[in-house]
Amino acid sequence: MMLQTPTKTIPPLVSLAGVGVRRQGRWLVRGVEFSIAPGEIVTLIGPNGSGKSTTAKAAIGVLKADEGRVERKAGLKVGYVPQKLAVDWTMPLTVDRLMTLTAPLKGAEIDAALEATGIRHLARAEVQHLSGGEFQRALLARAIARKPDLLVLDEPVQGVDFSGEIALYDLIKTIRNTTGCGILLISHDLHVVMAETDTVICLNGHVCCRGTPETVSQSPEYLRLFGARAGQTLAFYNHHHDHTHLPDGRVLHADGSITSDCRPDDGHHGDILPSGGKAGPMRIVHTSGPNCACGHDHGPAPAASEGERRDA
Amino acid sequence: MLDDFFLRALVAGVGLALTTGPLGCFVVWRRMAYFGDTMAHSALLGVALSLLMSFNLLLSVFAVAATVSILLLLLQKRGTLSTDALLGILSHATLAIGLVIVSFMTWVRIDLVGFLFGDILAVSRADVDLVWGGGILVLFAIVWMWRPLIASTVNPELAEAEGLQPERARLAFMLLMALVIAISMKIVGILLITSLLIIPAATARRFSTSPEVMAVLASLIGALAVIGGLFGSLKFDTPSGPSIVVAALGLFILSLLTRPRTGGAEHPAASQKGPA
Repeated sequence: MMLQTPTKTIPPLVSLAGVGVRRQGRWLVRGVEFSIAPGEIVTLIGPNGSGKSTTAKAAIGVLKADEGRVERKAGLKVGYVPQKLAVDWTMPLTVDRLMTLTAPLKGAEIDAALEATGIRHLARAEVQHLSGGEFQRALLARAIARKPDLLVLDEPVQGVDFSGEIALYDLIKTIRNTTGCGILLISHDLHVVMAETDTVICLNGHVCCRGTPETVSQSPEYLRLFGARAGQTLAFYNHHHDHTHLPDGRVLHADGSITSDCRPDDGHHGDILPSGGKAGPMRIVHTSGPNCACGHDHGPAPAASEGERRDA
Repeated sequence: MLDDFFLRALVAGVGLALTTGPLGCFVVWRRMAYFGDTMAHSALLGVALSLLMSFNLLLSVFAVAATVSILLLLLQKRGTLSTDALLGILSHATLAIGLVIVSFMTWVRIDLVGFLFGDILAVSRADVDLVWGGGILVLFAIVWMWRPLIASTVNPELAEAEGLQPERARLAFMLLMALVIAISMKIVGILLITSLLIIPAATARRFSTSPEVMAVLASLIGALAVIGGLFGSLKFDTPSGPSIVVAALGLFILSLLTRPRTGGAEHPAASQKGPA
């Protein structure tokens, strides 16, 4: 699959060129290049301490880049969900009040955002009383309520349970489709991110590899960084089948044998997931080559239709 | 009308309490109680320098408190010592230097106790004007900067990302603190200023549904404490500054006895824990 370049004629919302951030004599991240166009979802992945949050903060101007250039569209309106946010319990802050933290909003806008994230019933609850997942939804609601040009989400599904995670990723996709805003998503949650994102950038102090989810999952740098198991896990998550496509294109069968291609009788889709495995709203990401003959439907196929999952 | 010393004390004290209410909320929210203490202690250095150089007392105290807060910001950025250690050093160093300088100046007669514990019954008409003028200025600034102040208290990076300037809000907050300390020194004294910031805010927390409500309630509770403390001081012949603090403490204890407002009433899984 080719690298998508859908909106290159429209000026990007933000673009980074050779950006590096240095703290106490140490480069947290260096040589970062990417841009986000309206309607584009860019996902940053990478191990802990690889500079994901630092890169996002440099992109929106919270951190100053020590080298390179960051250019933002004039008057860019950002909606930000930080990775860590703890409201001191001494501050009485309801979900409703949290919505207008950085700018005033109309009542209808607040209601719509709370409705979309499924926490309208919590509008009058104090944020300190919310569970981790509810609080993440409240933060997301706050960020989308202000109708930003660029939504920056730093691990937005942390602490959200499994079905909630699906619903939130679905919501993020819906937001992009309906508002056309650009989205910068930070995740360690490879398998789900893979599905909706346009460009994946894998960081490890520098850009280690980039491209569509498919190209990244096959890239040797990615596999070196996350280990070969990451590729396998990815394949497991995306194929609920009786065989697995290895990142190198070979096929691992249920009986443990490995062949260079699918067997003719493959295609029996087992229902049992590997332990710890989860399904997500992802299209099938095939890690084998284009000539696979296993007979599966490899086309993009979102697992859930939009708008039907917000009750989750 | 303001001929009576007791009436002057009441008007000045209430004016101060109205000012310290909202400011004290930020001190509590930002967990800066000890920081407030440090700035207040540095006021004595301001007093000493003012006497030494025959400079305006108010401006001198304000300048020293502001300098100490900016010094702390710079030291924090270097990040070699923890904030509470830095505060401990600055707090007691400035107090001690102030005391040492005062002891050198044998030619000035200085009412040290008056500065440390305040002498609200001695406030002049000019002091009343100063408290109300300064107080209105502080309240106006807080209202004007309310949203950036609240947003940067919740999360400075979020505020920065969404176009508010948290650094500016923080600096403004420090200058307002310095100003309030300068104008309140004569009323409750250097050692007790922070109690008038913190106790009313802490009392208001239990009855508040929003930051705005808490700020207003803290002002009213502070005013009530001033009135109660002053009448108590008159009745029992106790020092006025400490009496105000004791009255504030009394209100706080009363608030603990009332049923807490259940903010998460609609939420069955409400717990005492904050979000992770």
